[in-house]
Amino acid sequence: MGGFRIGGKGRKRTRGVGHQAPHWSIIALFILPAFLLYTVFMVWPLFQSLYFSLFEFKGLARGSFVGLRNFRELLTRYPLNEQLPRAFLHNVYFFIGTMLVQNTMGLLLARLLYAPRWGKRFFQVVYTMPYLISALVVGYLWSLMLNPLFGPINYILRAVGLGSWARPWLGDPHTALTAIILVNAWQWVGFPMLLFSAGLTNISDEIREAARIDGATSWRLFFHIELPLLLPVIGIVTVLTFIGNFNVFGIVWAMGGVNGEPAGSTDVLGLVFYRTAFRGGVDAFGLASALAVLMFIFIFGVSLFMLGRFRKWEEHLT
Amino acid sequence: MKGQRTGALRRISWTTLATQVLLWGYAAIVLFPLLLVVSSALRPTREIFKNPVGLPKSPSFDSFVRAWEQANFNVYFFNSLLITVSSVLLATAVAALASYMLGRYTFTGSRFLTAYFLAGLMLPFRLAIVPLFLLLNNMGLIDNRLGLILVYAATGIPFSIFVLSAFFRQLPRELSEAARIDGAGEFTIFGRIMLPLVRPALATVIVFQFVPLWNDFFFPLVLLRSTNKWTLPVGMTRFFGEFQTDWSTLFAGLIITTLPLILIFLLATKQIIAGLTAGIEK
Repeated sequence: MGGFRIGGKGRKRTRGVGHQAPHWSIIALFILPAFLLYTVFMVWPLFQSLYFSLFEFKGLARGSFVGLRNFRELLTRYPLNEQLPRAFLHNVYFFIGTMLVQNTMGLLLARLLYAPRWGKRFFQVVYTMPYLISALVVGYLWSLMLNPLFGPINYILRAVGLGSWARPWLGDPHTALTAIILVNAWQWVGFPMLLFSAGLTNISDEIREAARIDGATSWRLFFHIELPLLLPVIGIVTVLTFIGNFNVFGIVWAMGGVNGEPAGSTDVLGLVFYRTAFRGGVDAFGLASALAVLMFIFIFGVSLFMLGRFRKWEEHLT
Repeated sequence: MKGQRTGALRRISWTTLATQVLLWGYAAIVLFPLLLVVSSALRPTREIFKNPVGLPKSPSFDSFVRAWEQANFNVYFFNSLLITVSSVLLATAVAALASYMLGRYTFTGSRFLTAYFLAGLMLPFRLAIVPLFLLLNNMGLIDNRLGLILVYAATGIPFSIFVLSAFFRQLPRELSEAARIDGAGEFTIFGRIMLPLVRPALATVIVFQFVPLWNDFFFPLVLLRSTNKWTLPVGMTRFFGEFQTDWSTLFAGLIITTLPLILIFLLATKQIIAGLTAGIEK
């Protein structure tokens, strides 16, 4: 690419790239601080997890090489062998629930707000606001709202004659996780909405106009034109939701505590990982490293798989 | 003909009505709990328990004073501010330097370095907590605010480089060319000419790092021990145990924790939306 570049004459002169690069020592001065900080505190520890997972730990001290023993322990030792699959299923449920509630709602809101209408900015800002608040604050706020005795939600349900619906939402193992998923969606819905809004803006008006001239109703326009063209954004939203949901931590801690109460019904991988590492036995660090490796492979692998699938889908459609 | 037209009109007004109901209805679902928090913080707990949904009869800020002084929020708030601001400034400074080189020049390895930094956008770095804990322990930085600042700064670098290098790339080259002819060095060109031009991007990067760091719960939970070093989210866990029955103070605590973010949101809505949609908006 760069072999036949002659001066800057024939090229577009507005772009800044393509200068003669400065001396390597200057390059290093500019890049090294970020490189070191990022490598030492982020990349290197991530690789070390892989390495540490193969060793036995005694407290903070790394002992002998034990091969895959930590992985075997993870899957066979009580109570981990029960908590881990259960937490995994809860994360899967969390992801499916979030896709159905939060992202569908985000798409709906984005579509409703697409047509130029009064107050578009206002609604966007309002819907995005909870995203700013700490997951922990949101969790605590809603655990007060859903409190069985003094919580406003049950109070309102009783006041409007739906008293039979009033229940200890977070105290009942059947409703607790669903309640957390809804609260999480309440916090995050603005995010898919903004991404879908941006995606809708990128669809050219000519396409819409052409479809309208051909007699397409707005319903058909949405399902046959806009939705397929939004596929790249849907892909991004799906993958980000997946990554976010499999890392969920603060909101569950605030609403279900470190053990995912009631009765482990809200336990998720993030909490299991934390407990394994910092509330575990003497060999905790080896086990936690092994769990980190498994989670990393799973989350990264599935994300890549999903991105690939969506790309194929797009090619198929265009 | 006429019947057809009124039919169409009626249909339009029905969808318009449904749209309005949905938009306002959802806005109410978002705003109601937030407004209730404010209202409840201004009422004594006795009143809240009697009627959970109501306006304060005689608004009082006592709950805020209790949260601030008795529940240690003054300490947590200061720690959060110190740690968040330092990390954001550190990350932005080193990211701006690196982005300038990566955005303006092609050199051996520049492609690889860019990819290396951007890979961090996808890495679940919380999973690295065990080696990170041991690393900081060896450096004597466990239960030390500096340790947390370094970790936070590292996590902010990928996004900052992602946004800033794209901005540096778009600046016209004539600007630096002229300065170079005048004999200006690379650092002068960067600091005097280029940096001021990417100010909007800097604002996006700063705001967008501030929010998740201010809210982060996981790292301080693991890396800080002493309560006098705790940040607001960790402090919150103890606070909710100790003040369980004092709802008025609990609500005040939630507000104090969120207040800086509300200020930022009001001042920088545009940057936040730009950051959220980075890479998608044309």
